[in-house]
Amino acid sequence: MLGVRLYMLQRLTALIMAPLTLGHIAVMIYAVQGGLSTAEILSRTQGSIWWLLFYGSFVVAVSLHAAIGLRVIVHETLGLKRPALNILTLVVSLLLLFMGARAVLAVTLT
Amino acid sequence: MSANCDELEVSVWRGDRLSGHFEVFHVPAQDSQTILDVVSWIQQNLDATLSYRYACRVGMCGSCAMMVNGVPRWTCRTHVKKVMNGNKLEVAPLRNLPVIKDLATDMDPFFDKWIAAEGLHHPTKTRDEPIETINPDSTMRAEANAGIECINCSVCYSACDTVAGNVDYLGPAALQRAWTLFNDAKDSGQNAILEAVSGAGGCHNCHSQGSCTVFCPNELNPMKAIAELKKATTKSFFKKRV
Repeated sequence: MLGVRLYMLQRLTALIMAPLTLGHIAVMIYAVQGGLSTAEILSRTQGSIWWLLFYGSFVVAVSLHAAIGLRVIVHETLGLKRPALNILTLVVSLLLLFMGARAVLAVTLT
Repeated sequence: MSANCDELEVSVWRGDRLSGHFEVFHVPAQDSQTILDVVSWIQQNLDATLSYRYACRVGMCGSCAMMVNGVPRWTCRTHVKKVMNGNKLEVAPLRNLPVIKDLATDMDPFFDKWIAAEGLHHPTKTRDEPIETINPDSTMRAEANAGIECINCSVCYSACDTVAGNVDYLGPAALQRAWTLFNDAKDSGQNAILEAVSGAGGCHNCHSQGSCTVFCPNELNPMKAIAELKKATTKSFFKKRV
C-alpha cells in the first residue's frame, strides 16, 4: 500500500528530519551543560522565527513520515485496506501535526 | 540422515489450506534421495491420491517447489540428507499461494502479478526488421543477464514476508522480471514497467528483508533488482517534475 509518491514523501521527510534531529540533540547537550533554566530557554525561543522554523519544519516532517510508516505497519499486520487506510493515515498525520504545532507554538510565540 | 537410518518419517500436508492436516508416511531412505523422490515414492507406493506437481526433475521447469521443514525449496534438487530434522521431514504446499489440493498450489496469483508488473515482452521491432544487435558487455545487458535465469518456481514469492502481509504486493519474482526487461535492449516497455512497479503494490513496498535472495534456488538476487527499480523510479519521479 505504498506507491511511489508516499515512498518519496517518506524518504524526503527523512532527509529533512535527519539534520534537524542532530541539531536538536546538539541543542539539548548545550542546554544541559550550563544548566539553563526553563525561563532562560523560553527567553531564547519565544519570539524567535528561527526556532519556530526549526521545530516547525521538524513537526511537519514527522507528521508525514510517521503517518506513512504507521500506514504500512497497520496494513501488513492488521490487514486494514483503503479507504480506511487512507483515512487512518490522514488522521494520524493531522493529529501529530496538531500536537506538534501546539508544542512548538507554545515555546516560540511571545 | 545417519548411515543406519533406513526409514524416514515424512509428514505430508493433505487437503486445502484451511481444512487440511499433516499425514505421516514412512518411506525407505536411499542414497542421493531428493524430496521429490520421497513425495513420488509416497504417491506411487502408499497413496495414489496424493496430489503434487513436477515436470522436468532437473531444476529447469520450476514446477516442484514446496515447503520442506518450513522452508521453500525446489524439491527435485534438494537432497533429503541436507534438510533432514533427525529422521523427520515435513512437506507442505508453498506459502503465500492458495492450495488446490495437498502439495499442489494455485500459481495464478503469482503469474498474474508478473503481468501486472509488465513482466511481458514489449517488442521494439516488427518481424520484418533485422534482429537487434546486443552488446553482451554493456552495463544494461549485465543487469538483464543477472535475473534471466529465473525459472518461475515461486520460492522467492513463498519466502517473502511482505507478500504474506500485503496480498497486493507484486513480489520478488515479478519485480525482478520487470527489472530484467527494463534493461533489455529488445524491450520497449521501460515507461510502462516503471509505471507498473510504482503503484500501491509495487517495488516500494519491499522492506529489503532479503528472504527472496537467501532462498532463490538459482542464487539470483531479486532484492538487488527491486532496489534498482526503486532507484529507477526515484530518478523518473524527479525527472517528471523538472
